Amino acid sequence: MSEYALILASTVVVNNLVLDRLLGVCPFYAVSRKVETAIGMSSATLFMLTLSSAASYLLFTYLLVPLGLEYLRIILFILVVAVVAGFTRWTVEGVSPVMYHLLGIFLPLAAVNCAVLGVALLNLQQPHGFTQSAFYGFGAGLGFSVVLIFFSSLRERLAVADVPTPFQGASIALVTLGLMSMAFMGFAGLVKA
Amino acid sequence: MTSSMPGFAPDSEPHSVSSIMRQVLYALVPGIALYVWFFGFGIVINCLLATSVALVSEGIMLRLRKRPVTPFLTDGSAVVTAVLLALAMPPYAPWWVTSIAAIFAIVIAKHLYGGLGYNPFNPAMAGYALVLISFPAEMTTWPLPHMLSEMRPGFIDSAMIIFADQPTGALKLDALTGATPLAHVKSELGNMRMVSEAVGAPIFGMLGGKGWEWLSLGYLLGGVWLLYKKIIKWQIPVSMLAGLFIMAVVFYLSDPEIYLSPVFHLFSGATMLGAFFIATDPVTAATTPLGRIIFGAGIGILTYVIRAWAAYPDGLAFAVLLMNAAAPTIDHYTQPRILGEGRQ
Repeated sequence: MSEYALILASTVVVNNLVLDRLLGVCPFYAVSRKVETAIGMSSATLFMLTLSSAASYLLFTYLLVPLGLEYLRIILFILVVAVVAGFTRWTVEGVSPVMYHLLGIFLPLAAVNCAVLGVALLNLQQPHGFTQSAFYGFGAGLGFSVVLIFFSSLRERLAVADVPTPFQGASIALVTLGLMSMAFMGFAGLVKA
Repeated sequence: MTSSMPGFAPDSEPHSVSSIMRQVLYALVPGIALYVWFFGFGIVINCLLATSVALVSEGIMLRLRKRPVTPFLTDGSAVVTAVLLALAMPPYAPWWVTSIAAIFAIVIAKHLYGGLGYNPFNPAMAGYALVLISFPAEMTTWPLPHMLSEMRPGFIDSAMIIFADQPTGALKLDALTGATPLAHVKSELGNMRMVSEAVGAPIFGMLGGKGWEWLSLGYLLGGVWLLYKKIIKWQIPVSMLAGLFIMAVVFYLSDPEIYLSPVFHLFSGATMLGAFFIATDPVTAATTPLGRIIFGAGIGILTYVIRAWAAYPDGLAFAVLLMNAAAPTIDHYTQPRILGEGRQ
């Protein structure tokens, strides 16, 4: 139990995907203009990260390691991420058209997201089993989502601020991301690595 | 209150920005007076230094942004930011650390966002967090009140420590400084000692750390006066102190040898300064009544989490910045429904 709590604390706040690992900053910036799109992207990423982290763990442990082909993991994981994205799309389309409409454009976006591949690879560096791997993906997705939703609300407020011309747009958004990253450094040492 | 309110023009109305800022500064007087009494003149020099650096930065930024310089410069918001920053810093921090923090607070955290009223992060806490992360050695050297009572550095000596890094004559900086009570307990716990052993050190007083408890009472007094004058609203201080207190009670009861007492948490570190003067900044806090309660409680809980389990002994600055980041989201979800909205 506490092991899972530690994985969550580590992935959501201490080693936050965006603010500490600096992964997935590009989609993070692209979809954070509005809170609604941020929520759509968050759900898609959360779903994708959990599935792909678990699937890539299974394939690595039961396919690549027995065959001695560990060096193929990056190529295989790219494939896994693409398949998971396609699979998620079909499932969601069949199960809930409303959800599909909501997530629709974000699933392909999440599929080409460096964060998804990054989490699958980072997970292998930890002594994780199957459930821990799924949890690791879920926690990373949760951390991504929380920060993305906070950031999108902040950006809606920034849109009406009197920002000096050279800093409008991407500059002030990245300055904000830096300040958020600084705030998250307060969690340093919360989980002993 | 470090900055100011959106939509308020700096003028001489009774509740104008400059009059609010002036009253906030008055409310800090008891705390600053006690600070000088227990920790010497360093804080006065630091306040003056931070204020001058902040005002110069503010002036340059206003000029660069082609905004009227005099009305914004005299509204007092930069002075309040600078004084709060100085109160958060170690009183004998080298001049360049204080200056970097003040420049970062005014230029990056305030003016890049459009200045007065638009900054999402508390400028003083952003400046403080920057130097705390960047210069941990300078930022963890605090004067020990029980040493200072024997050889108190005067005004000149304090200035020498801050600007030239060495006191004159027989004073030795190393002998005067050490860890804060919160940091001391943290490192003792790290060495597998008990809380009851750690608080036996001479830096501890009745409620919290020696000297620190009186400072906290001074800030509490000023804060209550601000509440009485209706400069700040009750929700944030009350919910912040309650959040910290409840967390501390729960864990203290679970194991008093590992967790500090709730009263200690309330009267040490930046708790009282944060609750009444920093978290209540109307620009960077949540604005709805329920939102303010969530915002305050979040700061209290996060401060406890960082103090108890993370690497930094006092987490208040980080807790404030984290909740600043969350404030627009809190507002978004606690906005009262307009009639008919949200129905399908």
